[in-house]
Amino acid sequence: MPSPLRLCVRRSPAPDAGQAATLVTLRLPSDVECIEEAVELVTRHCLAGHRTLKKTRFRLQVVLSEALSNAIVRGNCEERGKWVDVRAELLPDTIRVSVTDEGTGFDPSSVPEPIHPDQLGEANGRGLYLIRKLVDAVQFNERGNSICMILRRP
Amino acid sequence: MAFSQTKDPSGITLVQVEGQLIVGNRQELKELVQSALDRNERRILIDFSRTGYIDSSGLGALVSISKRVRESGGELRLSGLNEDLRSLFELTKLDTLFAIAETPQQALASF
Repeated sequence: MPSPLRLCVRRSPAPDAGQAATLVTLRLPSDVECIEEAVELVTRHCLAGHRTLKKTRFRLQVVLSEALSNAIVRGNCEERGKWVDVRAELLPDTIRVSVTDEGTGFDPSSVPEPIHPDQLGEANGRGLYLIRKLVDAVQFNERGNSICMILRRP
Repeated sequence: MAFSQTKDPSGITLVQVEGQLIVGNRQELKELVQSALDRNERRILIDFSRTGYIDSSGLGALVSISKRVRESGGELRLSGLNEDLRSLFELTKLDTLFAIAETPQQALASF
């Protein structure tokens, strides 16, 4: 069955990262129903042409899913007029994926550690923790509405 | 993705998660378990043998469900987590919060 969504992935040389890099961009509406398809699309393009361990694929899928969920639900508050932008720079040894929403941003240092005994019974707050655990580095912009996740290819 | 609900001969409610447990469908699972509790079903097993992915919202939903079951005087078991899903429970220390069995059969026997 054809997808009702019109997600578009563009591949082009990444201007800042040298000849060997590819840039993949994707824009999606603030609809949680889009997450699964967006994760599948971006993962497929990020890993195309590389021998990939099952664990690397899973890590990428988890962190993309969590970052998109945070952007749509918390950043854009699921407002349909707002968009989420994904930008993936693919280098021979590294994948850099940024997810940016249109929200006011947040202070990542203010998020409590969900594995602390006081937090373990809380329903929320595990997404960012999982991202930090599963990628090699995480960066935020100053406003706090854009996360950059860096994975080294094994 | 969907949830199917059956009852074993001893009265244990078995919920199977097919596909994914994510932000888009976690509420459905919470409502399904709440309905079982409202029917005075107190022993609940959620099986993930056919589940490919659980996101942090899904993990959070399971924490909420666990709380509700406990407050109702019931028991909750989980089963069938694949290696990847098990790693998410371990990373978030939720493996310490839930009774997790390898298979649904083992979980059913543990009530």
